[in-house]
Amino acid sequence: MQVYYLEFFVVALGLVMLMVDAFAKLQDKRSLARLGILGLGVVFLLLFAVQSPSNAASPVWKFYAAPDNLSLFFKGVALLTTILSLVMAIDFAPIVLSKIAPPDQGAHPQAGLGEFYSLPVFVCAGLMWMASANNLVSIFVSIEVVSITFIILAGYMRRNVGSLEAGVKYLILGALSAGFLVYGFAWLYGITGSMELGPITEALAKPGVNSTAAMFAFSLILVSLAFKLGAAPFHIWVPDVYQGAPTPITAFLSVGSKAGAAIVTLRLVYPYLTSPVLGTKALAILVVIAILTLLLGNLGALAQKNLKRLMGYSSVGHSGFLIMALASTSYPGAVNALSPVAVFAYYIGAYLLMTLLVFLVLNVLNAADTGETLDSIRGLAKRSPFLAGILLIALASLAGVPLTTGFIGKFLAFKIALDAGQWMLIAAALIGAAAGFYFYLKIAASMYLDAPSSSDGAAIPVNLLTKVSMVILAILILLTGIVPNVIVKLFS
Amino acid sequence: MSTLEFLVSLPLIAALAIALGAPARCTALGASVLVFLTTIYCAINYNTSIEDFAAWQFESARTVLDMPGIPTISLAFGLDGISVVLILLSSIVLLAAVLAAPDESKVQGNSRLYYLSLLLIGGGALGAFTATDLFFFYAFHELALIPTFLMIGLFGRGENRIRTAWTITIFLSVGSLILLVGLILLVIKLGAQTFAIADLIALAQGQGIDAASQNWIFLLLLVGFGTLVSLFPFHSWAAPAYAEAPTPVTMLHAGVLKKFGLYGLIRIALPIVPDGFQHWLHLLLILLIGNILFIGLVTIAQRSLDRMLGFSSVMHMGYIFLGIAAFNTMGVSGAVLLMFAHGLSIAALFALNGALRDRFGDLTFRRFGKLGKSLPRLGLLFGFATFAAIGLPGFANFAAEIPIYFGAFDGDASGMNWLRWATVGALWGVVISAVYLLRAYRSIFMGNAPKVRLDDAPDMLLREMLPVILLIAGLLIVGFSPEVLNQYIRPTVNGLFLLSAG
Repeated sequence: MQVYYLEFFVVALGLVMLMVDAFAKLQDKRSLARLGILGLGVVFLLLFAVQSPSNAASPVWKFYAAPDNLSLFFKGVALLTTILSLVMAIDFAPIVLSKIAPPDQGAHPQAGLGEFYSLPVFVCAGLMWMASANNLVSIFVSIEVVSITFIILAGYMRRNVGSLEAGVKYLILGALSAGFLVYGFAWLYGITGSMELGPITEALAKPGVNSTAAMFAFSLILVSLAFKLGAAPFHIWVPDVYQGAPTPITAFLSVGSKAGAAIVTLRLVYPYLTSPVLGTKALAILVVIAILTLLLGNLGALAQKNLKRLMGYSSVGHSGFLIMALASTSYPGAVNALSPVAVFAYYIGAYLLMTLLVFLVLNVLNAADTGETLDSIRGLAKRSPFLAGILLIALASLAGVPLTTGFIGKFLAFKIALDAGQWMLIAAALIGAAAGFYFYLKIAASMYLDAPSSSDGAAIPVNLLTKVSMVILAILILLTGIVPNVIVKLFS
Repeated sequence: MSTLEFLVSLPLIAALAIALGAPARCTALGASVLVFLTTIYCAINYNTSIEDFAAWQFESARTVLDMPGIPTISLAFGLDGISVVLILLSSIVLLAAVLAAPDESKVQGNSRLYYLSLLLIGGGALGAFTATDLFFFYAFHELALIPTFLMIGLFGRGENRIRTAWTITIFLSVGSLILLVGLILLVIKLGAQTFAIADLIALAQGQGIDAASQNWIFLLLLVGFGTLVSLFPFHSWAAPAYAEAPTPVTMLHAGVLKKFGLYGLIRIALPIVPDGFQHWLHLLLILLIGNILFIGLVTIAQRSLDRMLGFSSVMHMGYIFLGIAAFNTMGVSGAVLLMFAHGLSIAALFALNGALRDRFGDLTFRRFGKLGKSLPRLGLLFGFATFAAIGLPGFANFAAEIPIYFGAFDGDASGMNWLRWATVGALWGVVISAVYLLRAYRSIFMGNAPKVRLDDAPDMLLREMLPVILLIAGLLIVGFSPEVLNQYIRPTVNGLFLLSAG
């Protein structure tokens, strides 16, 4: 099977969902989400049926990379994230419905819910395309497919000020970042005379390249990518949008959007890093961004009281570790050296498992109207030992406790920085990791050691699909913490 | 699945089963009995005729991470003579701790979590002592530490328990972090392609690490491992934590988990950075004398049993460090044997401490007296455990301390040097421990009539005595016939010094 059929299937699935929503007169629109989960699950299995291209001469490969394990891995990440976000969206339905306009007389009582389930599928198609985009045009278009849909989704709860604020912030800053990206691309085209990444890489490696212009293009592109990755100093939107957006969308944004941005960053920044002329300059900028991101993300999280906001800062902190790996690229790379691509891929895989697990729990708490502040999970272990246990595993992994997948991710990031001798980076990362240890485990301690905040001691209900997803993610976190090869073999 | 994989996964699987709804106490007991039998099986089938350090038996390995640029990580297990002794210690104390744990109905809070955590601590300790890959050696120890912190905060006694839990968490996490830095530097400096401990030792035999780096690495390892073992002056977490933790957790931590740091020094530091060890020997001797004499005097000054036992456990670590500092066959063998003996005796003392606390609450010495008359069984067992801890002949502690003193005095035969002065100082520790332990025994079980109410304080039941009897039996068997364990220790420690002789 040709690799680009995967995106066709996903787009077709999204269209089918819209049609079903419009014409099938569903009693309960949550079935749409189940349809989406099923369809995406089938596409996920099809990932393993992808063959190498039979029509190598076809012009399609000029804007869409031939499949390799890395791009398939990121497509898998996009699919899994979407599936789990839809799982969350099922639980979240009552809150969305209560925060959008009440339906007109005679309309379906769940009017407006169908699109909440269909739009993520289109985002998924965009994210999967990003993983294969190898041409400036297709990179830009795939990024915009994702961004525009996210703007709608972030502001979906239109009777809720926080959600609206999130939507507007994401809209304005997203548009600004798109502007930077296009302008950067224009310069890049002007310097290299090509839209394709292959020729661009070659052109940038030539000794005669205009380095001032090339670095100007690099800075413009980096501003935009840093915005998408949530890297300092362009991370200011992250906490606000994460807090305001509906929880399933926050989860989707934090993992899906970051994974897409990560692969695009790899593809766009790598030509610079491997260029003998521009490599050291690009590296210096990345080191500064990595240090800032590590410190601002992890230290900023220390003061947070809202869990979604805290996860926003945590997401920034994890971007810091990603960029640290990229900033430790050494050129010319030794044959047997640890590749930043591998660290990136592993870190994203690990980040997916642990972040989505945290959001699955937060989503259940949201849906049970427990609130999303740190106070609201005090004594959770007494009330819902299952949820507390699951959250403990996720938090331990985010903090980087050994035998969890998060430890391996941090271990790889530190190792590559050590190999590169980036001592400033290591110092910043140590401070970040120590702060992370403190604020993640503070949540865990509050769940287990503090007295419950409310007198309502009834266990929080968790439906079966959510429970199964939680258990699978928790097992994967521990399994890949002990046997990291499970993830490594997928992308190498 | 190999024998050791079975051994390590057994408590972890049992913990999972409890989380999923199996009856907590039954499952935990069943698992710890099976663990005990499996370690006996390993000990019986261990071939004691191989004279080599880190020559693993019952070996198994599975590669879990191979990536270009990263030393290969394997989930690998194996036993040599030292680890045989330590898994015996772990399984005996685990069984005793589970036996000594309160019934499910008497646990204040979630009883599943209680038993599950005990099994995780036990499984982590077994994993750390059998792992032959540096990565898992470290990771399993962390696995055992985290439930320890949680248990102190959740099920500990006293109003300060949350604060105590944070103190021990911060101390031991920072210690582990320093240790991690030391271990990573060690692997990088060796230029190793794997994390297998045997490979690292082989590399150290070849080119090895330059002397300046060895000094740094050993210092990091000493502080890291030392914090975990409560080496003076990194000991201040220990006494309050042991006094306030639930009884089985104290038994497991003071008895088993704390030995990880000492095991690490013998397993990693001595063979790989011997020059660093020699460089910091004087510092180590000063610190261990701090453990024995300074902490010994602090122990005498304690006014309640639980804190006295906590400090005494800190103090006795000094002897084991002395055995390691001797750096000869006799001293190190004694140190390994004392790790076993101290583990059993301190676990027995804390079990009895728990029995007293269940009956009377506050354990201040002033409130007690003459209990021997009304609680004769408790008094008898407490007497045995006390004698063992002092190191009277007939108990394993004696059989271990004697070679430590002889080994340390012989360690450096050039006149009255640092090592000999330290040995002379350490001998006074025997007097100090006799003073505080016998005084504790007198003030509780003899003397004036007690101020506590005796009406609702029955003597020990068989169920309570069982774990203590198990521990004391172990101490007596090894005490009367140290060869039971020395047959494992000797060839391995000989191997260690064959290594360092080149």
